[in-house]
Amino acid sequence: MSNAAVTSASAPATNADQSILARLGAAFVGRLVIIIPYVWLLFFFLIPFIIVFKISLSQTAIAMPPYTPVLDFKDGISGFFAGFGALSFDNYAWLTQDALYFNAYVTSVIIAAISTVLTLIVGYPIAYGMARAPATIRPTLLMLVILPFWTSFLIRVYAWIGILKPEGLLNQLLLATGIISQPLIILNTYTAIFIGIVYSYLPFMVLPLYSSLEKMDYSLIEAAKDLGCPPTSAFWKITFPLSLPGVIAGCLLVFIPAVGEFVIPDLLGGSQTLMIGKTLWNEFFANRDWPVSSAVAVILLLLLTVPIMFFQQAQARAQEQDK
Amino acid sequence: MNTTWSRFNVTSIVLGFAFLYLPIVLLIVFSFNESKLVTVWGGFSTKWYVSLFHNQGLMDATWVTARVGVISATFATVLGTLAALTLTRYTRFRGRLLFSGMVFAPLVMPEVITGLSLLLLFVAIGLDRGFLTVTLAHITLTMCFVAVVVQSRLVSFDRSLEEAAMDLGATPVKTFFQITLPVIMPAIVSGWMLAFTLSLDDLVIASFTSGPGATTLPMKIYSQVRLGVTPEINAACTILIAVVAVGVIIASVANKRREVQRQLDERAAQRG
Repeated sequence: MSNAAVTSASAPATNADQSILARLGAAFVGRLVIIIPYVWLLFFFLIPFIIVFKISLSQTAIAMPPYTPVLDFKDGISGFFAGFGALSFDNYAWLTQDALYFNAYVTSVIIAAISTVLTLIVGYPIAYGMARAPATIRPTLLMLVILPFWTSFLIRVYAWIGILKPEGLLNQLLLATGIISQPLIILNTYTAIFIGIVYSYLPFMVLPLYSSLEKMDYSLIEAAKDLGCPPTSAFWKITFPLSLPGVIAGCLLVFIPAVGEFVIPDLLGGSQTLMIGKTLWNEFFANRDWPVSSAVAVILLLLLTVPIMFFQQAQARAQEQDK
Repeated sequence: MNTTWSRFNVTSIVLGFAFLYLPIVLLIVFSFNESKLVTVWGGFSTKWYVSLFHNQGLMDATWVTARVGVISATFATVLGTLAALTLTRYTRFRGRLLFSGMVFAPLVMPEVITGLSLLLLFVAIGLDRGFLTVTLAHITLTMCFVAVVVQSRLVSFDRSLEEAAMDLGATPVKTFFQITLPVIMPAIVSGWMLAFTLSLDDLVIASFTSGPGATTLPMKIYSQVRLGVTPEINAACTILIAVVAVGVIIASVANKRREVQRQLDERAAQRG
């Protein structure tokens, strides 16, 4: 650093030149910091959605890729505009005609909503207990909540098959203790899907809840208690409203991916389950109908636009607050 | 603050953690089962681990998964760190809203949509499905998670350190590599770990974007689970859990040691 001071004193002219160069360089590097991830995400995230939309308007064909191309630039700009005539909304019409798709959308939203509420009920006491735990063990508890997140999602879902099977561990336990006399059928029912979603997404709920409960000023509760407020109503009037940002973030983090969930309904729900992620998967892999699966994806995306925008806004607001 | 840890709080935490960990513990226990049944205990045995290592398909898939994981996590860490810098340092530029939308949306986007859209992109640009396409897909997904992790560290970063360095004549680039990068390094390391485990874990996006010869371990496990539950899968899962657990423990120990060292340095500096 003494070097820099010496140079600036002895040769002010060259130093000014250097600083202009450095500033130009910095400006360029600064631009690159934005441009590289921006271009990457445009190319691998935004453009793919446009392609999905485009293909959802094309017709199924027996070829590879299995659809007729639309809106290509092969014939130049005029060919592109002429292509608008070839667009077909058949796939969307097909989705409305077949009750299967409508039912799958509705079922997915209902299952996701119920599971979100269940996850909130299970997660809230855990987050609350963690927030009130002695400050010395809080980091350990936090680590223990995050740790399952690092182990494979597929493995955690798979672990439940062995537990919920008719001859599985849960039934063995219940039969042995004499609580039930007939094995319960849980696997391949909606109950199994609820258990699977609550289990897999629990950390997503607990973490935002914990971070808003930990920030809370608990002297408020004591003040309410001193003024004669019973604990339950103190909870509903003070704790819960103050934790609302965490509740909203947690619910969105569970609800949005749960609507399009594939692995859980496929492995725990059995073949009868009607959920949209599974329907899309089957259209794509079993029926090889790319245009219809694209149309399913477009509608699913539209369905989730509102909650996703909410999520993004909540994130942006949290960002502002942190500053 | 008066922290009373009531019986209710302790109970809910104990039950909660039992719910989170019991299924994984049972899975591990039954991977050492002598019996072919996954749910009836027939004595201790490690034979499933032995047969695992003779399963060529599974070993190939493991190798593919490890390579995809390391390569994609590395690229995702660089891109995600740049994205985090953009989000925290450049608050005003054209298209910022779109940018933050593109960073946060993949975190919640159902995987079937991401997988399908990436596949259609690869088909549109004529890229054959295989190792490269899975890797590109994983970079895109995991860089957003890295961005969030690194961003949370950058937000609490004391910028006067950077200003001091630049006042003393360091160029912005030098400042970044000598001051900023070392400070946010723990977040970058845990971002890499997160990206690696997400890539290791992914079934849906890999199924869409992978092609012949690039079957990943989750795809292999999934196809075997569909045929039936066997202790061999339990053994494969246990190894995967062990790898991740060791990695996380090493990372957190290293993190803690660095933290202790930093505190010692600060104290030494104060005594000066």
